[in-house]
Amino acid sequence: MTAAADNFVDFQNVWLAYNDELLAQNHFAVEDINLQVKQGEFIAIVGPSGCGKSTFMKLTTGLRRPTKGSIHVGGQMVDGPLKISGMAFQAPSLLPWRTTLDNVLLPLEIVEPYRSQFKEKRAEYEARAIDLLRSVGLGGYERQFPWQLSGGMQQRASICRALIHEPKMLLLDEPFGALDAFTREELWCTLRDLWTERRFNVILVTHDLRESVFLADTVYVMSKSPGRFVVRREIDLPRPRDLEITYTPAFTDIVHELRSHIGAIRKT
Amino acid sequence: MNNKKLERWSPLILLVVTLLIWEGLCRAFSVSEFIFPSPSRIAQQTVEYSGVIAAHAWRTYWVTMAGFGIAIVVGVLLGFVIGSSRLAYAAVYPLMTAFNALPKAAFVPILVVWFGIGIGPAILTAFLISFFPITVNIATGLATLEPELEDVLRVLGAKRWDVLVKVGLPRSMPYFFGSLKVAITLAFVGTTVSEMTAANEGIGYLLISAGSAMQMGLAFSGLVVVGVMAMAMYELFSYIEKNTTAWAHRGSQNT
Repeated sequence: MTAAADNFVDFQNVWLAYNDELLAQNHFAVEDINLQVKQGEFIAIVGPSGCGKSTFMKLTTGLRRPTKGSIHVGGQMVDGPLKISGMAFQAPSLLPWRTTLDNVLLPLEIVEPYRSQFKEKRAEYEARAIDLLRSVGLGGYERQFPWQLSGGMQQRASICRALIHEPKMLLLDEPFGALDAFTREELWCTLRDLWTERRFNVILVTHDLRESVFLADTVYVMSKSPGRFVVRREIDLPRPRDLEITYTPAFTDIVHELRSHIGAIRKT
Repeated sequence: MNNKKLERWSPLILLVVTLLIWEGLCRAFSVSEFIFPSPSRIAQQTVEYSGVIAAHAWRTYWVTMAGFGIAIVVGVLLGFVIGSSRLAYAAVYPLMTAFNALPKAAFVPILVVWFGIGIGPAILTAFLISFFPITVNIATGLATLEPELEDVLRVLGAKRWDVLVKVGLPRSMPYFFGSLKVAITLAFVGTTVSEMTAANEGIGYLLISAGSAMQMGLAFSGLVVVGVMAMAMYELFSYIEKNTTAWAHRGSQNT
């Protein structure tokens, strides 16, 4: 089986056991994952904690290889870390000895072709990073250290770091989980605007159903041990979406529907 | 006097009070200066023999710094190897702990056989006693990297080396400077102990010869000088630590 041309991410019957022992016991972290994501699509994966969402992320980025099945991203077979993705986690994990600007520049010091040109083109890259920081509302904070910023601002900087090398795919592992409700909604809009402008692929792992429905084109519900996709729901709400939409009946209906799937998983 | 001021001056106040009590006791019971000299007697002898003491102190100082310099180089390299490889960690760590448990003074006679009386044994004893905390701290700093941070970089195709240089090393700098403060005081202990038996110069030698000549005031002067040198170096590294790794002390900046 080959990846269809219009699918950016393509999972074919992917299984993963973390080690041989678990494999022998037939204990898989994720089972039989099939997933096709179109170029530029924003997908969200929701499910109870411990259902293998983070495992899924590791598979997509190539940090883990599947035990069975195959994964293609961007037409390429995934068998090692892809350099075309950026990642952000619940913890901003910025380096405290670097300024916000230098933190954002970090990927450019590692990924080619930027890496070898870093010294000559530093000014250009800095300008780019400052632009990016400004676009998420961090203009003027470039020279501050991360620990001088609030939690929401740190998370914005962390997302900038994930995007600075213009990845084709952005992976977010519960990026807003540690923020208060208002900051979280602000960041939803920030992410929405970045995505609308740049149209990279997004895979958002979250346990916040409203978040997934507000942001994503398609929401996948994952079940707990074994980790499987049980529901695929396309979100047909019109774009651009405004925060107001989260108070409309159409929106809450979808959230309800997804919630009922999760409830059903819990019982079994 | 407010609390902050009191806190800053408290070591000095304690020192003065201790000296006063000491002086008072020596006078009240007219303790012989051959048994336990009073602070005033020690001060007097320090001034009297200041030239001799300074020469011995200088010797002890540079010998200690030489040993300490070797300890930094070896300690950092070894710590880097142990901290960056699980296998090296498993292999080296237990042996190093065993080695560290050995009293370093016991090495002095062996070092004398190898290098003769003089600077050789002193430098090496200072080195042997002070590299361990540096190694352990560098290794700990490298081995306790947050896995998420590592993932962020590995997704970009970062090699182990990149992760170590970009994150591991800077991250272990506060550990490193913290260990220097401990190591420098240990290095002075090593030099002094070694000089007591295996040198004709240095504060350790001065202590022994003053003791055998019943010059107790001079012997105490020697102790004071080593203490002052060690404390000065400690404060120096403490200052460097605060000024190079301010990010690690951010909690104290907010207050």
